[in-house]
Amino acid sequence: MAKTGMTKTMNQYFDDLRGTRVWRSIFRSGTGSSTLKRALAIQQNVFLHLFSTKVRTRMLSLSATWYLGTLTLGTFLILIATGIPLMFYYHPSAPQAYADTKDLQFVVSSGLFLRNLHRWSAHAMVFLVFAHMFKVFYRGAYRTPREFNWVIGVILLLMTLLLSYTGYLLPWDQLAYWAITVGSNIASAVPVVGEKIHFLLLGGNAVNANALLRFYVLHCMILPLTAMFFVAIHFWRIRKDGGLYSHASEPATQRANANPGVVANAKEAQ
Amino acid sequence: MADSKDFTAGVDSNAKKSPRRIVFITRRTSAQVKAETEDQTQTFPEVLFRAAVAVMTLAVVLVWISLMFNAPLEGLADPSHTPNPAKAPWYFLGLQEMLHYFPPVVAGVMVPGLVVMALIVIPYFKVNIEAEGLFLKDRQKRLRIFYVVATALSVFLLLFKVYAALVPTLIMAAVMLVAAQSSPQSPSAFRRYLAARPLSYWVMTWFLFELVVLTAIGTFFRGPGWSWVLPWQG
Repeated sequence: MAKTGMTKTMNQYFDDLRGTRVWRSIFRSGTGSSTLKRALAIQQNVFLHLFSTKVRTRMLSLSATWYLGTLTLGTFLILIATGIPLMFYYHPSAPQAYADTKDLQFVVSSGLFLRNLHRWSAHAMVFLVFAHMFKVFYRGAYRTPREFNWVIGVILLLMTLLLSYTGYLLPWDQLAYWAITVGSNIASAVPVVGEKIHFLLLGGNAVNANALLRFYVLHCMILPLTAMFFVAIHFWRIRKDGGLYSHASEPATQRANANPGVVANAKEAQ
Repeated sequence: MADSKDFTAGVDSNAKKSPRRIVFITRRTSAQVKAETEDQTQTFPEVLFRAAVAVMTLAVVLVWISLMFNAPLEGLADPSHTPNPAKAPWYFLGLQEMLHYFPPVVAGVMVPGLVVMALIVIPYFKVNIEAEGLFLKDRQKRLRIFYVVATALSVFLLLFKVYAALVPTLIMAAVMLVAAQSSPQSPSAFRRYLAARPLSYWVMTWFLFELVVLTAIGTFFRGPGWSWVLPWQG
């Protein structure tokens, strides 16, 4: 059927919906696609206001960032989405934890897929965090005024490693048990307080049911919340530090671009 | 504050950009204006849409991997039966490889501690902010320092028989020597690129190289008793 003046398009229905009182009470920016409305859509949303309302167009090209930060956030979201249903089927007690993992593999509907996706996303997140760090370094994006956001990034790298490491024990199989044994023994090597740290980490002198419970609480509660806290600061600081790093807009580069001859001569004179 | 005569006042004439802007410039310092004339894109909806596409593409790949490959699950944890070798998660295998050569307090505490400290202080050291080619200034002096550091590091790794870390170090040293022999006027684009690399680039690239090599060796080339095995030998 041909569209007539009487027929509303999908967009018009959506615009009508956005104009309703209920929608306006939730999303305060309202209808319209003006620059102002688009800026308000970011500014007036508690989550989106962490980001700038505008991004340098050049920074959207694939080569500028490879979207590594975005992809890292993506793995984190997948891990939350798969981790919560996994918790429904899991008891953090030995040896029940292993039986639960077996059930996830063979009994629970899509349990195998759920665990696979959680596991591979975790590996992907560790890899992406490292990749993101090196990409930021090679672009020189840690320079003033972004120093502290780099430091928060290092904290997030450690958070990611701890999240992955604590999750590694939870299946309570041989792989998990001995990987954590090897890793936690390193803590004993810390001078003077090593044994104390080792005991505190595991709740005993060896990996046992106490360690499983501690790692579970760290993995499902403390570390994700801490990570989210730092992720929020990390994003907010991008905005506060002048947006995504873009080399050509930096003062030093601008001076060099404005006057290439002068800079070249200055170098020769040195 | 400067005395009353120590500045000149001007008014920005670009009414499109700012309704009115008054600039005070003292005579001794010049004003630095960070012009933002670049093209910008609205975050809503364009940038969010791109981010969503990126995340969805990633999700498709991860879902495909999860459908094709199962996560490993071995037998029930058994404290009385130690597998040989007992390996940490892959991202710690570089460290475990170091533990093979050095005492735990060095490989397990000092090395990772120093790496984290070094990463944190990167933006606070001027040497990491300068983007000058390492050998473009004070060439002879810097070459001498380079020789001393590279030799000391190589001898140290040789004494502890850390060939896994020695080989990447020697390769990096060789590339740095090529960089030292290159200049920004070189006809080869690769050598122009090498000549312009600053110190921070070399240190980080050496670290990345070592990280990849040690992690790969720990993951694929270590068997019972942490002996050298080839991946296809099972």
